[in-house]
Amino acid sequence: MADGALFEVRDLCVQFATPRGRVNAVREASLEVRRGECLAVVGESGSGKSQLFLGCLGLLAAGGVVQGSARFDGQELLGPDSTPRRAALGTRVAMVFQDPMNALTPHLTIGRQLAEVVLDRGLLDAAAARARSLAVLESVGMPEPEARLRQYPHELSGGQRQRAAIAMALMTHPDLLVADEPTTALDVTVQAQVIEVLRGARDRGLAVVLITHDMGVVAGIADRVAVMYAGRIVETALARELFDSPAHPYTAALLASVPRLDTPLAGRLVGIEGQPPAPGAEPDGCAFAPRCASVLDVCHRSRPSLTSHGARSVACHAARLEAGAGR
Amino acid sequence: MTETLLRVRNLTVRFPMPRTRLLGPRPWLTAVNGVDLEIEAGRAVGLVGESGCGKSTLARAILALVAPQAGTIEWRGRPVRHDDATGLRRMRRELQVVFQDPVGSLDPRMSVGESVTEALEALEGAQAAAASRARVGSMLAEVGLDPALHARYPHELSGGQCQRAAIARALVGRPKLLVCDEAVSALDVSVQAQIVNLLADLRRRHGLALLFISHNLAVVRHLCDEVAVLYRGRVVERASAAAIFAGPRHPYTRALLAAVPDPEPAAHARACIPELRAAAAAESVAVAGCAYGPRCPLAASDCLVEAPGLEDDGGGHRTACHYARVRPTAN
Repeated sequence: MADGALFEVRDLCVQFATPRGRVNAVREASLEVRRGECLAVVGESGSGKSQLFLGCLGLLAAGGVVQGSARFDGQELLGPDSTPRRAALGTRVAMVFQDPMNALTPHLTIGRQLAEVVLDRGLLDAAAARARSLAVLESVGMPEPEARLRQYPHELSGGQRQRAAIAMALMTHPDLLVADEPTTALDVTVQAQVIEVLRGARDRGLAVVLITHDMGVVAGIADRVAVMYAGRIVETALARELFDSPAHPYTAALLASVPRLDTPLAGRLVGIEGQPPAPGAEPDGCAFAPRCASVLDVCHRSRPSLTSHGARSVACHAARLEAGAGR
Repeated sequence: MTETLLRVRNLTVRFPMPRTRLLGPRPWLTAVNGVDLEIEAGRAVGLVGESGCGKSTLARAILALVAPQAGTIEWRGRPVRHDDATGLRRMRRELQVVFQDPVGSLDPRMSVGESVTEALEALEGAQAAAASRARVGSMLAEVGLDPALHARYPHELSGGQCQRAAIARALVGRPKLLVCDEAVSALDVSVQAQIVNLLADLRRRHGLALLFISHNLAVVRHLCDEVAVLYRGRVVERASAAAIFAGPRHPYTRALLAAVPDPEPAAHARACIPELRAAAAAESVAVAGCAYGPRCPLAASDCLVEAPGLEDDGGGHRTACHYARVRPTAN
């Protein structure tokens, strides 16, 4: 499984020092991403999906501590020497954030911001940087790219800004793109365009990590999915298998709670009652047990570990019983 | 015969923009352009469209928070006038609103119980409110907030709990119409489902009418009886929710529905949306004809000259498109 992985995270923990003591944002998370593959990391707010990648890339807020291993193309990013991380970040590993307005500098033209990415790193000269900017803007489907180079962020629409932010991330031809909720602030019509841009980048061989809470977006692009709950990865699977037969009760509940356009109206939506445990107050057993529909006695006492069944891993006592009974 | 609570006629709201030239004419942005809308007692009307289409401005005009340039708004048969403070207060007892940001719409220095009490006091006076103090507790219980949480402050609660408190505050005065401006958009799906179910329950129990503004079409489908689709300040399609979702007629409605990502990987393999491509091509300036013309795959030359009116097909399905009925494409 691990061979061929471009980016490999092992037993990653992220903690924050707070006035009430240390709080675990991410616990023992492991995953890998290969070239030309899109991994979606899904979960509700506070599940740790963003902190996992901010931790890997050394971008945690003040008070954040990361433990574990994150290897990019064979090099450890979290070792005592920060050189590999600094060399990779922004050049071979690029990030796109939720709010495109905050990702762009308001007082510089789009052309200047795009060129700066390669000029500051001494990768290209000014003429080549301009040519690259144009090519990258075209590749993200920006209408009239020449004119955009001379414009400021406030002159662009939300979707155009997000495309400019993605273009900026692609300027150095990175190997890995981490997109944190890149479509959440956008309209559905624009969202569909941005998904298409990311899909195009993936098809050209880029490894894409998509952090999102929107199952519709996941279905549109992801090859594999990792589901996070209360700081832990509770299920990983191929996207198709996950949507066809979610193994973890949380995944199933998450899928069921998405209102849909294509199913008969069944009256009520299926929500998940209750809410995730507060950070720092995780129970001894499974964190999802208090909200789980298929909870067993054992779930409250012992925490299930992530166990592989072929291409799928699940952390659930009940799911393992079903798999054992079914096969 | 059900009562028509709200009747909006030819409503236009414009905002002044900065002058482009010193001493030049002041340009105006028309956010809402000649909108007609009725809401009957107990009905849920969904208002959908992209950001910037004027759906929030329309809601704010209905709530008398912005003054329209033209057109009329009638609340239960009486015209709403901005200079009539007594009339506005009476209307606001029956017309309440829940906003998108659940934490930001509650006072951070008041416990949620105090916030709900304050609303009751503002609507009914301090004395009447003191007499009906029990109503605050029962309202909070009704929206599913545990009594232990009533003394908590917004920052101590989750987004979903804050939104429940905001709904309790809006409903404590027993309004007839609740305006929800993207009230579930900021919530996680599992919580969103809870709040949608809560709104559906409250509607049924109290005969509450809803004006539900959302860009999430699937949620609108679950909650609403009727849908109005807004594009650039105009209603381009208006029909029962069942009719809109089963057979959208306006090309914009169809593009909007096609763009909703399906939580089903197989569906994405077959759906590559030509209407969407057209949408990407032009985000253009004001045009003389149909506002959707430059993005529209059905547009013919007359669409760019003459704006289509909202026409009824005889069955209550109204569409503003020259070609929606001539060339209905199966969805």
